[in-house]
Amino acid sequence: MKVVLVDAGGTNIGSVRYALQRLGTDAELTSDAARIRAASHVILPGVGAAAPGMRMLREAGLVDVLRGLTQPVLGVCLGMQLLCERSEESDTACLGVIPATVKRFAEASGLRVPHMGWNTLQVTVPHCLTAGLREGDTAYFVHSYAVPTGPYTLAASEHGTPFSAVVAAGNFMGMQFHPERSAGVGAQLLRNFLSL
Amino acid sequence: MLSRRIVPCLDVRDGQVVKGVRFRDHVVVGEIVELALRYRDEGADELVFYDITASPEGRRVDRNWVERVAREIDIPFCVAGGIRSVDDAREVLHAGADKISINSPALERPALVSEIADAFGVQCVVVGVDSLRDEDGEWRVRQYTGDPSRTRALRKGTLEWIDEVQTLGAGEIVLNCMGTDGVRRGYDIEQLAAARAITRVPLVASGGAGIPMHFAEVFKDADVDAALAASVFHSGDIGIPALKRELRMQGIEVRL
Repeated sequence: MKVVLVDAGGTNIGSVRYALQRLGTDAELTSDAARIRAASHVILPGVGAAAPGMRMLREAGLVDVLRGLTQPVLGVCLGMQLLCERSEESDTACLGVIPATVKRFAEASGLRVPHMGWNTLQVTVPHCLTAGLREGDTAYFVHSYAVPTGPYTLAASEHGTPFSAVVAAGNFMGMQFHPERSAGVGAQLLRNFLSL
Repeated sequence: MLSRRIVPCLDVRDGQVVKGVRFRDHVVVGEIVELALRYRDEGADELVFYDITASPEGRRVDRNWVERVAREIDIPFCVAGGIRSVDDAREVLHAGADKISINSPALERPALVSEIADAFGVQCVVVGVDSLRDEDGEWRVRQYTGDPSRTRALRKGTLEWIDEVQTLGAGEIVLNCMGTDGVRRGYDIEQLAAARAITRVPLVASGGAGIPMHFAEVFKDADVDAALAASVFHSGDIGIPALKRELRMQGIEVRL
């Protein structure tokens, strides 16, 4: 197994790397196309905004590299949003491997945005990635934009409206929350990904 | 459903966790990573580390302990103290902090809030507001509260400042009510409810927790998203598991 973390300037790369180390996996941090293609598992972390995130992937020449991967790929938080077709955040074209448009949480009375804190994961489609999740399990979210629920949704959560917490389209998967900061539940989900 | 968060706050001075009463007279209560792990194990939802001397002394937070915490714990944590530029914020975030909190430096130069939000997203920008009610009945902002000899009372109204920073790009507000801090008679419900009414981002209550009922009150009556406390947790007077069971019995959504 050779896990790589795609270095596109995101600030939570260290945290994801430490989480993998706690599971006994040493992941390489790289923006090198050949190393990414050769990995058994690819993780695209990312905290920040869609437009600078995509710009960094373009500047590193990684857009087509990531689109062409056939091994398991996991996008975390913004990384998951970048796997979608578009994001309403600065109307940004993304990688387009998950057929969804990322939308801002609608303004609603009393609804706090960013959605920040521990929220319940509701499994909608059973999948190896969510194996072991129990009713009422929670994960830590912090985001202002979200992927609506759809055929690609494996687990949903709710903040005013339902949204995708875990998605998959073939080998491309995503988690909107931060598994690296979601205690035992997050560790279980990362272990599931590494066992794919 | 989104849970209400319980957030132990660890004031850091010279690499150790300390606690004072009404922001004065600090005593050492323990080692940073050791306390962080204890709170993680007990079910804390998030941790805040305030380097209380960094800002008044004009130095930045020491990234070594940030990295040690990031390696060990698997819940989110926020770091505050002496972050006065995008570069300072980057260093702390790259060391593994999930959020940074700015207080005095945001008062020195409010554009700092936007600069950090633009660089890293609003979700990692927390603005800490230290507030005290003046004799005329107005809540106003205090600066450099980490060092009593340098603490300044500003003309700026607390609610006005909260509104200003959320427009600039704060993703969360921590309101430290200095009048109730450290005396354990309950959160300042009146002030927090007034702040909640004008705040669109998550609001964290700080200052005054003494018994579990105070947490229930601040969630029910001020509708805050998180409640922060230090001394009641450090002393062991309130255990987080028992606190959360009590809150759930009162119908408040918490992570058990």
